Amino acid sequence: MTTKVMTFYGTSVGKKVVMAVTGFIVFGFVTVHMLGNLQIFLGPEKLNAYARFLKGTGAFLWAFRGVLLLSAVLHILSATQVTLQSWAARPEGYAVRRYRETTYAARTMRWGGPIIGVFVVYHLLHFTTGQLHPSAPHFDGTDVYNNVVHGFQVPWTSAVYLLAVLMVALHLYHGVWSMLQTMGAAHPRYNRWRRFLAAAFALLVGCGMAAVPVAVLAGWVRPV
Amino acid sequence: MNFTLKVWRQAGPEAPGRLVTYPADDISPDTSFLEMLDIVNERLIAKNEEPIAFDHDCREGICGMCGAVVNGYAHGHERGTTLCQLHMRSFRDGATIYIEPFRAKAFPVIRDLVVDRSAFDAIITAGGYISIRTGAAPEANAIPVPKENAERAMDAAACIGCGACVASCPNASAMLFTSAKLAHLGLLPQGQPERFERVRTMVSAMEQAGFGSCTNHGECEAACPKEVSMDFIARMNLDLIRASLKHR
Repeated sequence: MTTKVMTFYGTSVGKKVVMAVTGFIVFGFVTVHMLGNLQIFLGPEKLNAYARFLKGTGAFLWAFRGVLLLSAVLHILSATQVTLQSWAARPEGYAVRRYRETTYAARTMRWGGPIIGVFVVYHLLHFTTGQLHPSAPHFDGTDVYNNVVHGFQVPWTSAVYLLAVLMVALHLYHGVWSMLQTMGAAHPRYNRWRRFLAAAFALLVGCGMAAVPVAVLAGWVRPV
Repeated sequence: MNFTLKVWRQAGPEAPGRLVTYPADDISPDTSFLEMLDIVNERLIAKNEEPIAFDHDCREGICGMCGAVVNGYAHGHERGTTLCQLHMRSFRDGATIYIEPFRAKAFPVIRDLVVDRSAFDAIITAGGYISIRTGAAPEANAIPVPKENAERAMDAAACIGCGACVASCPNASAMLFTSAKLAHLGLLPQGQPERFERVRTMVSAMEQAGFGSCTNHGECEAACPKEVSMDFIARMNLDLIRASLKHR
């Protein structure tokens, strides 16, 4: 009997490698995004100057957005394909099911992902294009500082953001570790550091992202 | 000891199945799980009822034939143990015990707790061997094998192909089995010439058998009666990446 050899992407391993690489790209962006956000604590001039700098990069900005969008699309596509494969692989479930190793983060990847996806759309309409911002239809994209402060002064908006940040942190915790495993980075001497690394990144990105709405709600960062 | 069993009964592959309750009374704490099923079956036969079908062979934890999901755990709750080596003393007296077959599309139920694991054979057939004659045992130092590789190959070769990894995986993925079979060959010199072709054919066979995709939960490693490490899955992933880059 001869097996028909599949293409790399045809296998679930190939799809997961695509998921890992695109996830890494988006993860890199999220980390830089978080560091950019923290400039709000340096005052309105710094943050608005940073925003002007980003918008002034022209073609580079659009290339960057293109890569990000492509990564997100491929990430979602590969994730959907392997999820459907796995769902089809166990048509009849167990009456009693117990787990020993898996984490809450690992089990919520498939729900956290779509929730983060919906949030990103809301986030773009909120802070990038402004249609869902409280100041709409007079949203001024150049005054990032005041947009952020006014946006987060609405408590339910901040609550949505904090929930999304929690989802991102959980997604990163399993995602970073999972990425290393998928790319073949396993070694008994370093394995315990993989969990640590994933937890550290998830915590760092989560806290950095959550700091801004928390600071606005607490009144530490005020409109100017 | 007395137990209440909830056992999956299914007359055939196409027949509908359901959980049926049976009492298992006066069971010695020293009986193994399969011996307990034997006792229950003898009582069923005495009452002219159909005995519970289950797979078994060596009953000493080395053949890979037995296995069921007991109270939600493949091979039961004890780590590093096959179902035949699980003893009733490890259960609470009076406990209700759910016994279900290994569940996966690639492992169709034949009858009751017996599933068809031919899908594993298909994966092995696709490349889980050395296709040249390796002859008799060579002179010990003729082919040097690093000590560490010999140990790791043995760790992978400990896989008895029982299917608990698939049964316990939330995705019904066969990656632990496939990766162990790849590693015990790929870590040794005799396995090198076909190493990268082998990973492509065996992974392909695994996918075509209808197993799910690994999401790195780690349930397989926890359920494995031989405690095969999921580091082998990472190794298989890397070998497939390398194979896909270099094949002509």
